[in-house]
Amino acid sequence: MLPEFELLMPRTLPEALEMMDESSTVMPLAGGTNLLVDLRGRLSRPQTLMNIGGLVELRGVHVEDGYADVGSAVTIADLKRNVLIAKHGQALQQAATVFANPLIRNRATIGGNLAYGSPAADAAPPLLVLGAKVELLSKDTKRTVPLKEFITGVRKTVRHPKELITAIRWPIPPEGSVSVFRKLGLRKADAISVLSIAVMLHRKDTGDCDQVRIALGAVAPTPIRVAAAEDFLDGGPLTPEVIAQAAQLASEATQAIGDIRGSAAYRKRVITALVRRLLTNLAKGTKEKKH
Amino acid sequence: MKAKVITLNINGRRHQVTLFPNVTLLEALRSLNYTDVKNGCEKGDCGACAVELNGKVINSCLVLAWQADGARILTNAGLGTMESPHSLQEAFADAGAVQCGYCTSGMIIAAKALLDENPNPSETEIREAISGNLCRCTGYAQIISAIKMAAKKMMQQKAQE
Repeated sequence: MLPEFELLMPRTLPEALEMMDESSTVMPLAGGTNLLVDLRGRLSRPQTLMNIGGLVELRGVHVEDGYADVGSAVTIADLKRNVLIAKHGQALQQAATVFANPLIRNRATIGGNLAYGSPAADAAPPLLVLGAKVELLSKDTKRTVPLKEFITGVRKTVRHPKELITAIRWPIPPEGSVSVFRKLGLRKADAISVLSIAVMLHRKDTGDCDQVRIALGAVAPTPIRVAAAEDFLDGGPLTPEVIAQAAQLASEATQAIGDIRGSAAYRKRVITALVRRLLTNLAKGTKEKKH
Repeated sequence: MKAKVITLNINGRRHQVTLFPNVTLLEALRSLNYTDVKNGCEKGDCGACAVELNGKVINSCLVLAWQADGARILTNAGLGTMESPHSLQEAFADAGAVQCGYCTSGMIIAAKALLDENPNPSETEIREAISGNLCRCTGYAQIISAIKMAAKKMMQQKAQE
């Protein structure tokens, strides 16, 4: 049995924002794949929930003015099969493909994945390398926060109680950009990431690469971009030596901890190996070997 | 907490029920005697409660009944009858894919969702499609052969039409 709560059922986005404005204790509910589990375990006791999963205003995927714009209630399954996401957010599409399991993917939403503020949120590393921003709306205010600043700690975000995440958007990567996502889980399906990684870079006509971006999940209190490694790689040729050094820098930049899913030392070594492998493959344009 | 009247269209039958907001779709289905839908882990890990909600396979333990107001719901029992079982139901029986039976309804609904989208799946695709459904008896081998058998039969039937 779930604990008692009131459930608001707005039919439009303005109605939803009005309802959030009237009370400061309204918890938005979309897919419910995290929230209902927490409610059942009494880990969270909101008085009032508000169902936003059905709001059409939050269900669209568009490309407009050089930006990809994804509504917060777009499901992971929708991301997985959307051609615009495949084209303009390869790493995000790859993350959607290995996200939890097919049943969860049909309910879980991109906004919910970020709102929950988990260090292991699978949508976060891809969105970090894409330079995504989170749009927050309240009845009277509208602001856009870079994802880098949105999640501030374990289960902590800058979202104000009266604000609703309405969209996630990122600039369409320039022609020649490629991105990739890898997740290390203890098994294939339904796994919380031991660690996850997204890498994006831009291949120039000369064969060199620039605009290298690296993001990691589950190795710090929040998903992180690894500026030290990115700056080191900036503009230079990606030789094996340079890549190896950048991989080392990425590993050193983390605050990996040991938990039931893996030790800190193991995580650090895997980061080095994965950063090196993904950078090498992306730079060469070769596919990673299945193993 | 106030109750309200909602409409659930389950296996082609329309039900009007008065429910509190904290009732899950799983609880609502079982209280309406759709007991083919099983209560397993109640946290989205096992898939025993899987049903189709407006054509998409989901865990009914993670949906509030109010969220399904007006929706079409299909459970394993709605797929066929004893006299005229669905190809998947028949194949599960023939392949020995049912031991304790607790996962069967969810497995069949997940398999149906796969075959609706991909009538001729590879073994990898089958394994991926049922990766949200746990079975503690069979070791999955018979379940996978059952889905292959059903796919083959359904394609043959389609070719004859």
